[in-house]
Formats: sequence, structure tokens, C-alpha cells
Amino acid sequence: MRRTLPAALLTVALAATAGCGDSGGGDAGKANAARGPITIWLSNNAEEVAWGKAMVQAWNAQHADQTITAQEIPAGTSSEEVIGAAITAGNAPCLIFNTAPAAVPQFQKQGGLVALDSFAGATDYITERTGETAGQYKSPDGKFYQLPWKSNPVMIFYNKKVFAKAGLDPEKPQLATYDQFLAAARKIKSSGAAPAAIYPAPTSEFFQSWFDFYPLFAAETGGKQLLDGGKPQFNSPEGQRVAEFWKTLYAEGLAPREKYNGDSFADGKAAMAIVGPWAISVYRDKVSWGAVPVPTSTGIPADQVRTFSDAKNVAMYSACQNRATAWDVLTFATSKEQDGALLTATGQMPLRADLPAAYPDYFAKNPAYQGFAQQAARTVEVPNVPNSVAIWQAFRDAYTESVIFGKKPVPDALSAAAEKAEQLAAS
Amino acid sequence: MAAAHAAAAAKAGPVAGGDGAGRRAPRGRVAAVLGRHPVGLLLAAPYAVFVAAVFAYPLGFAVWMSFHDYFFAAPGAVVDRPFVGLDNYRAVLTDPQVRQAFGNIGVFLVINVPLTAGLALLLAVALNRVVRARTFLRVAFYVPYVTASVAVVGVWLFLFNSDGLVNRVLGPLAPDPSWLVNEGLAMPVIAVFVAWKQLGFFILLYLAALQNVPKELYESAAVDGASAWARFRSVTVPAVRPATALVVILATITGANLFTEPYLLTGGGGPNGSSASPVLVMYQRGIQQGQPDVAAAIGVLLVIGVLVVSAINRRLLERD
Repeated sequence: MRRTLPAALLTVALAATAGCGDSGGGDAGKANAARGPITIWLSNNAEEVAWGKAMVQAWNAQHADQTITAQEIPAGTSSEEVIGAAITAGNAPCLIFNTAPAAVPQFQKQGGLVALDSFAGATDYITERTGETAGQYKSPDGKFYQLPWKSNPVMIFYNKKVFAKAGLDPEKPQLATYDQFLAAARKIKSSGAAPAAIYPAPTSEFFQSWFDFYPLFAAETGGKQLLDGGKPQFNSPEGQRVAEFWKTLYAEGLAPREKYNGDSFADGKAAMAIVGPWAISVYRDKVSWGAVPVPTSTGIPADQVRTFSDAKNVAMYSACQNRATAWDVLTFATSKEQDGALLTATGQMPLRADLPAAYPDYFAKNPAYQGFAQQAARTVEVPNVPNSVAIWQAFRDAYTESVIFGKKPVPDALSAAAEKAEQLAAS
Repeated sequence: MAAAHAAAAAKAGPVAGGDGAGRRAPRGRVAAVLGRHPVGLLLAAPYAVFVAAVFAYPLGFAVWMSFHDYFFAAPGAVVDRPFVGLDNYRAVLTDPQVRQAFGNIGVFLVINVPLTAGLALLLAVALNRVVRARTFLRVAFYVPYVTASVAVVGVWLFLFNSDGLVNRVLGPLAPDPSWLVNEGLAMPVIAVFVAWKQLGFFILLYLAALQNVPKELYESAAVDGASAWARFRSVTVPAVRPATALVVILATITGANLFTEPYLLTGGGGPNGSSASPVLVMYQRGIQQGQPDVAAAIGVLLVIGVLVVSAINRRLLERD
């Protein structure tokens, strides 16, 4: 008792002090008008770092009193977790050139983001640069808390040698419909050309559905998001068709249920992969590849197929004290010139309206990227709703249970996930 | 004896009165507050501060969070964090995934703790008798414990994959679905992995305990005609009971905090949530999904659960 009472009192006292509110604060209006040095964070892949350094050098050469200090996003389990922690700690940089759209609702709720609309001409700048797809990046309050920056429209990569070995046409493979795709997959497997037809990660992380279900759902529905106005769209005939398609692949062993430790496509373990144009430079020297749009049940024409964008955007963080400079840097870094430099350095698609026409020379020299540039105009983003990550996790859990492991009928699983997603979106 | 003298002196002070009493009284009050050796407080202070800052404050904060609608916010952000009573606990206790995670960790503990304690004791006894290569064997058992989990998990992934070494050895006896994608086998594999990885540490605890077992007990038992098994059961096991209590409680605590293995070995608690642990779900809810209040409620329930299990273990293992 003598030991228990002081411990209980200490716990209560600590709990009481823990409840004290946050202190501090800043004058947003003053910060919005302030100019001076800023810090930015870049993604840590070598190509983007090289582009970022060149961009910073170009800016700093002309703005000695408003210099940029750039660094890679600090190491962590994921960029989003590091950024979330930085927001809470109050030491986030002014701009992060790797902000995931799915994380924006959470960052916004944390009070960590600056509405870009508060800068003169910002809304026009964003909509003119990106076109009509910019609307997908607005938050429920109608404001832009992120600038749509670049996308990696997801397509089906296939290994031409494996296709030829399986007796499939390596130059014009028939992969437009579910039936054609399944027939090709069965031939690959039965011929022994590759152990797996396709090998999306069968694991439970919330984001894995962006690289199996969601691109095909975007295509099948003609561009619907997972939720529309807070209402789930995946518990529909289209969603069920997509899920049943993947379920068939898993049930017949055409897609393995076990995680592969490595790159199954590069290692020749899978004949196809579902990835964006960032992979071109990765596979260039390893695989003789081709790319086609994701399949649909009816095989709609390739120039109408939509897919998941896999975009990364730029956001301004509320810890920034020199926001006027940050906004200027944002427009500088997303100018036509810098977007061209980004495209050249990374092969990723700037989220610009009519991309092929904006950089005709680049696409003439790099025909492999043309298909992705055309696809970039028909991308679907994750919905910008509260509890976005929790919704994706709920969906993934239902998908894993019903599609990958076949433990529950697809309609039941999707229905239960839809009910949960709607509750989360409303809370 | 010294305490009796001190008490007598303290009693004598006021009676004596005068200047002498005036000099002794403040020292008595100081002694009453700070104890007879105030320097001891000074020496203990750094650790007390460490415990308060790193353990007590976060624990208190977690308890507070679990009763509020709490989320992490930027400094200066105006946010409302109302008191919600037991709502977070209600949400947690009615969440099938959380209930599944607690069930999973129960399966883990039932396999892992007896396996850890049993193997550690057997290997410690064997090591205690080994004359040659004793240091090598001790180091060999200890290496997995000091090796980074991420690296060791990589090795086990290759061992237990569908086309891994284990299945190749088993041939037609290999389970289908394979170990790490089999709902009935994923958690047992993790339990065995953790037991193997931590064995070295627990062997050391038992080796230390075995040094204190009087050799005369073994000699007496041998003279009475006890077999090796009887000596082990009647002498060794009772003699190392305090160490067993420690091993079981430590294995329970570390096991209940399982995270790395389901996160890495089974790709986020798979297959189909069958290897998800409460701490993994806490991570998903609190860090990934921005619901630290719900995560805190899971954490508080986990702490209570571990305390209860540890108390039961202690009572069962330490009684004479």
C-alpha cells in the first residue's frame, strides 16, 4: 500500500499535467508575407535528389537573401510518419517535395499545412498548370493544401522474352480484357515461362491496394475514386468485377499469396508487373519490357483507360516562417523549365495539362515514355477524405481476407469494408 | 540497532530542551524528510528523473490520451480534445481486429514462454556441464540475441518461404499453404523465432542461477541413488525457481510487446491478420492512421493485461 499510493498519485499528477494544452503559436498572416531563407525536403531517390540540388542551385544563384537549404527526408519507416512527427514537433520544413496525397487529410487535421489559396493567384496557377485533374487534390473545405506535382501512372509492364517463351505475342500482347489477361497468365504458368504471371505484394499494408485493385477499379469505372462525397464506390458491380478478377489470379496460383523478397519482375519470377514510369530506368538493363494499360472487363480502348496516378505532391508546412519565399520557390520549382528538368532527370510525369505537347522533344527522343505521358492525362487520385489511411487499411483488410486468401465471399467483404469506410469518412 | 539509537535521540531532544534541542531539531526534520543519508537521494536522482521522464510521464500521458479525443497536432494549432470517457475503450473492445490481435498474442505467449523457459534451462544445464568449447557455445547461443532483428528476419524469410530450405527438406510433408502464409502456422513460427532469438539472454540468467546451486545437494541426491533426471527435477528445477520466475516474467513482457516480427516476417500481421499483435495494431492506429487516442487505449489494456499475467506467473512460480 505504501508503494501503491504514491505511484497512483504520481500517475494522476502526470496525467493531469499531460492534459495541459499546447503553447506557442505563430502569426500566419505575418508569416505568409515574410521572406528569407527556407528549408525544403526532397525524396531520397538519387534522381530526384540530383534534380533538387540543381533546382536549389539555380534559385540560390538569383536569391542571395532568400536561400534554400535542401535535404533528403530523414530516414524513417515511411516519409509520412517522419513528416507527421515533424509537424507535431514543430520542426517541419517549409516545403516537402514528396507529400503523399493520402496523407494530406491527416496533416491538415494536425494543423500542419498551409492553404496555398492564401497566396495571390495560387488557385489559378494550380488549375492552369495541372488542368481539370487538379480538382482531385482539393480538400473537402475547397482549398488546396498540396500542389499537384508529378505522377507515376500505373500500367502493366510485361517481359517480352517470357511472353515469347510462353508462346504469346511479345510485341502486341492481348491483355486488354480480363479474359485475355487470364488466358495469357494461364499460358505463362502452364508453359513454365515464369513461376508467376504477375506478383503484386500480397501483404497487408494500407497502400498495397494502390498497386493491384485501385488501378483496375479506376479503369473499370471510367475514373471513379474509392469514395465519392464520402460514399464508398467500391461496393459496386465494377468493384466486385475487379476483385473477382484478382481473386481468380490468386485462386489459380497465377499470382502468389506469399511476399517476394526482391523485385519479382527484374528477377524473372513474374512475367508482368503493375508499376509506373519510374521503373523504366530500373528495368532498362535488366528486362526487355513492354507496357500496356491495365485491363478492363470489356477491353475499352487504350486511349480511354484510366489508372491510379501514384502522385507525389508539394505541400507547404505551417512551421514555415518565410512563406512568401516558399510560395515563390514552389512556383519556380514547378515552372515549365523545372518540370522539364524533372522529367529528364527522373522519367516521372509532371502533373501538367497536355504533357506530350509541353515537351515534344523529350518524348520524341524517349518513345518509351510516350505511353505514360498519354496515360498521365487519365489518372485517378486517392480520395481526399478524413481518415484516408484508416479507410485504405479497412479496404485492404477486406481485400486480403476475401480476394487474396478467399476466406470470405467478395460481396460480403466489400460490403463490410464499405460500411466501415463510410463511418470513417464521416467521423 | 542504529535506528533504535536514532529514535531514542529524537525522543530525547525535546525533553532536554535548551540550545542542544534547538540544534538537533532541524537536523531531525531534515532527516525525517530526506532520510539519514541524503546523499543517497542525490545518487538515485538521475535514475528517478530518467524513470519519470521516459516511463512515468509517457504512461500518464497515454492514460490521459485514452480518455480524450486526442490527435497529434502542430504546436500552436487550435484543436479541441474533449473528454470522451470510455469511448476509446469501447471502440477498442468492440473492434474485431484488436480482439484478434490480443488472441494472437495469447497464442504466442502460450507457445513462446514455456518454450523459452524450458529450452533455456535445458541448454543452460548442458552448457554448465560442458568443459570444452564452453565460451564458443555461450557466444553461439548469444549471437542471435545481439543481432539486429531485421537481419535475422531476412534469414528466416528465406528459410520458411514456400521454396525455402525448410520446405525443401520436408518435401511432400511441407505445409500448404506454406508457413508464413498459413493462418494456423504463422504465429507459431513467430513464437519459435522469438524463442530462438532470445534464448541466449535467458540461458545466461539460468547459468548465473546454476552457479549458486550447492554441489552438496547433487552429491546427497546421488548418494541416495537419484538418477540424473531425478536430480534435475528435484534439485535443479527448485533451486533455480527464482530465475525461472524472472525468465517467465521477462519473456511474457517482451512477448506481449511483439512488433518487429509480424511487421517484417509476415508483412504487416498477415496472413489475414492472424499474426497481428496488439503493438502492431497500436502502430497502425496511432502512427499510420492518426488515432493515438485509440492506440493509447490498446496500450493501457495491454499494460493491464501484462501486469495481471506477470502477477499470476509470479505468484505461481515464487510460492514455496
